[in-house]
Amino acid sequence: MLRATLRRPRFRRWFYGYAPPERGAIVLRQRRVYILPTRLGLMFGATVLILLVGSINYVLSLGFALTFLLAGMAIAGMVHTVRNLLRLSIHAGRVEPVFAGDAAQFRLFLENADPYERVAILVRHDASGAQTVLDVPAGASAAAVLPVPAQRRGWLPIGRVTLETRYPLGLFRAWSHVEPELRALVYPRPETAALPQPSPDSSAGNARLTARGTDDFSGLRAYQVSDSPRHVAWKAVARSEDMLTKQFAGQSSAELWLDWTLLPPEMDLERRLSRLAGWALAAERAGARYGLRIPGSELPPAHGDAQLSCCLAALALCALPGGDTMRNSSAR
Amino acid sequence: MIRVHPLMPESRAVTPRDLAWLAVSLTLVIAPHAEHAPWWTSAFALCLLGWRATIAVNGLRTPARWVPAALAVLGMAGIWLEYGTLFGRDAGIALLVLFAGLKLLEMRSHRDATVVVLLCYFLIITNFLFTQSIPTALLMCVALLVITAALVSFNAPQRAVVADARVAAMLLLHAIPLAALLFVLFPRVQGPLWRLPQDANAGTTGLSETMSPGTLSQLSQSDAIAFRALFSGPVPQRHQLYWRGPVFWDYDGHTWRNGSAERLVEFELAGGEARYTYAVILEPHQRNWLFALEMPERLPRRAWLTGDGQLISFAPVRTRLRYEMASLAGARLADEESPDALRRALRLPPGFNPRARALAETWRRGAPSGAQIVLVALRYLREGGFEYTLQPPLLGRDSVDEFLFSTRAGFCEHYASAFVFLMRAAGLPARVVTGYQGGEVNPVDGQLTVRQADAHAWAEVYLPDRGWARVDPTAAVAPIRLDGGLADAIPQSGQLPLLLRTGIPDWVRSMRNNWEAVANQWNLWVLGYNTERQREFLNRLGMTDTDWKELALMLLTSVALVLALLVAWSLRGLRRADAAHTAWIAFCAKLKARGIERAPQEGPRDFAARAAARLPSRRAEIEAVRDLYIVLRYGPVAPASEISRLRRMVRGFAPA
Repeated sequence: MLRATLRRPRFRRWFYGYAPPERGAIVLRQRRVYILPTRLGLMFGATVLILLVGSINYVLSLGFALTFLLAGMAIAGMVHTVRNLLRLSIHAGRVEPVFAGDAAQFRLFLENADPYERVAILVRHDASGAQTVLDVPAGASAAAVLPVPAQRRGWLPIGRVTLETRYPLGLFRAWSHVEPELRALVYPRPETAALPQPSPDSSAGNARLTARGTDDFSGLRAYQVSDSPRHVAWKAVARSEDMLTKQFAGQSSAELWLDWTLLPPEMDLERRLSRLAGWALAAERAGARYGLRIPGSELPPAHGDAQLSCCLAALALCALPGGDTMRNSSAR
Repeated sequence: MIRVHPLMPESRAVTPRDLAWLAVSLTLVIAPHAEHAPWWTSAFALCLLGWRATIAVNGLRTPARWVPAALAVLGMAGIWLEYGTLFGRDAGIALLVLFAGLKLLEMRSHRDATVVVLLCYFLIITNFLFTQSIPTALLMCVALLVITAALVSFNAPQRAVVADARVAAMLLLHAIPLAALLFVLFPRVQGPLWRLPQDANAGTTGLSETMSPGTLSQLSQSDAIAFRALFSGPVPQRHQLYWRGPVFWDYDGHTWRNGSAERLVEFELAGGEARYTYAVILEPHQRNWLFALEMPERLPRRAWLTGDGQLISFAPVRTRLRYEMASLAGARLADEESPDALRRALRLPPGFNPRARALAETWRRGAPSGAQIVLVALRYLREGGFEYTLQPPLLGRDSVDEFLFSTRAGFCEHYASAFVFLMRAAGLPARVVTGYQGGEVNPVDGQLTVRQADAHAWAEVYLPDRGWARVDPTAAVAPIRLDGGLADAIPQSGQLPLLLRTGIPDWVRSMRNNWEAVANQWNLWVLGYNTERQREFLNRLGMTDTDWKELALMLLTSVALVLALLVAWSLRGLRRADAAHTAWIAFCAKLKARGIERAPQEGPRDFAARAAARLPSRRAEIEAVRDLYIVLRYGPVAPASEISRLRRMVRGFAPA
């Protein structure tokens, strides 16, 4: 009951000053920047206390001056520490889709509109512990890349990220939590075992994929934007300055359906999706035109990176709640 | 997955740059101790520093754990041999220096480095036990800056040294107002809170409760300031400046002792020529005497007068002390001296100085009155070929005899001692008085400065018709001592401290005068700021009868105020950056009230176009706001007047 209340967005908005996920630029206002002394800060405090007692006992006026200067410096340092974090704005960057088991590279931009540098800011992903320390120059922004391991297919929201700083003295630790609206699309882990080529779908009446010619190099042509980087002739690029694309015999010569129903019925959902993902990759590599047919969606045959990512995205979100929001989010 | 926290000191290794910062910090804080600490402790610390630097530069491994432990035992043994203890002021400081060096040696992570930093901060204060002068304060500021810069550099390993130093300087600058407030308002408790170590105040110079040959001539080598006096009227003539200190009654043939003296509840003065009022700022000398011109007319707070005219403070003078005084020159205590005291003032150790006794006996028989005996004795000293010197030959058992009949050379203590001996032997009650004679007016602030070199001893003789009368036998031998001071009286100036010699250039003298005037203000207002000064200062601000609660309240409020200013400073310029946007939001809110709501993704151009289409009559106003907003928000930095123009336009905009 209590826990439910604590998790309710309204409570969180009231208590923490924000409710996740946060859209747009997140500005760290006073309300959400916390500060506490570090262990060093406590030791420093103890030192100042000893100095004070010593000054009283030995009646050292300069000792008082030293004690109070140190105390003043600690307090000024506290203000500086908060200031190092305050008014920093955090923008969600893009994150490339990854296969389950790889790390999603979440990219956050820290923007500093103020005329002073933000020094030694730690950005840490709470759940995974991924972290990076960076400086944000005055009036500039810096990118923090957080490699977060993606365990399962589907959407991986970034979750809570902590920004922390101890600059300049290390006596205080100021921190703030943000939860930007940023999520990575995690594709099913493709099955890497040797795959049988799918049999032609007779009902669709398409041509059979010929295994021959997959790797038969037939020549080079000028690079087009839609070409897969895998087919760019990098050695040739290195020699000349032009981008060239390798052409293979048999490319776009076949069309096939990657069909859910072709898989053995006893296979479970995740295995099926993994198998289909592996097939899609293989088909793309082979240069075939391929379509995808799974429960809930059907993609007509095509070839190229766009087709591959559409297929993998459909597989990633298959039978997941909220899977239909893919289009919205990719438009963002 | 557990990862190290990159901001924690424990997880950051020490770099050669960190080490350089620490080395400079440590050198700055232990350098002042080299003067009085045994040489090997400083050398030991420096060796450890050099060792650690070699390790860092060559990328070697730090020594195994047992090495610093063994060195610590070795160092502690050395300190034990040096001081015979591990506690107390000097031994404690030597230990701290040793430990700081050892911590440096075994340092691996920033955690160890921060411990060294805290030790460095602490070592600064240890130097104040020896000196709290202005140069020391400046050195403290430099040390604070460097140590703090070291701490800053630990927290931002990638930045330039100059940037770290600048941040440290800014922090120090921000700390100053807070520190000043705390310094002035923090309730001052008069220490000490517990008994100080035996050697806490060792090495301070001043008069002592015994006098033997050499006591004062040694003191005369020091140009340290004993006290200052600021007269509210004219400064007395030099020969009237007898600052009375310890009085000696008991003599054992070698040493004069202070002994006990009765305490006067109230007293009256008789005679007297001129009254002087003045304030004395007494340097701490760890004894109870307060010094005043003969004879004091009133008592300072927390002090009493003894029957023999010594001003005694309730507590030893451990800090610089200021007291208001009034004296009546040429006066004496009106009370009759008791027979007991007179008998005491005649006592002589039997079996010493037979020739002096015999001489005094002839005087007693030849002279009808006490006053004449005094005159005879003075003539004897004046005409006997006596020499006034700081370095008299050593004297044996019958010191007065040897002085009077063979060496005939001595300092004021020899003359006073011999004179009182002669008087007692001649049947006149007499006693030795020590104190200071003379002083020098600083033309910069008009204060009279009395130095240890002005220490003096003279005699008092009890004459039945006049009571106790001052007789200065030194004046008979070296009259110039009273008129010109020590420097003129001593022929070879080489024995004197530099600043007391004659013939030093005027500019040196004037520089010294200026410097001492500044130092005096420093002593008075910074070093002498104690419970009483605090009360006095607050009274001057119009706050009377403040107790510690009010003081604490005042302190908290003012600190909060300064803190608010600091926060305002640190956030300055932020409001202005947002001001255009704030005005725009207000503008959108006004339009929303008219049913024209800006969609979240709608930019100012689109929204203004839509609003203008809905409110054609306001088109010009809307577009003006839009244009200015776009310039202010997305253009280069605009003057503040433009922002207020935008604000005015938005305020004046009334879509209804």
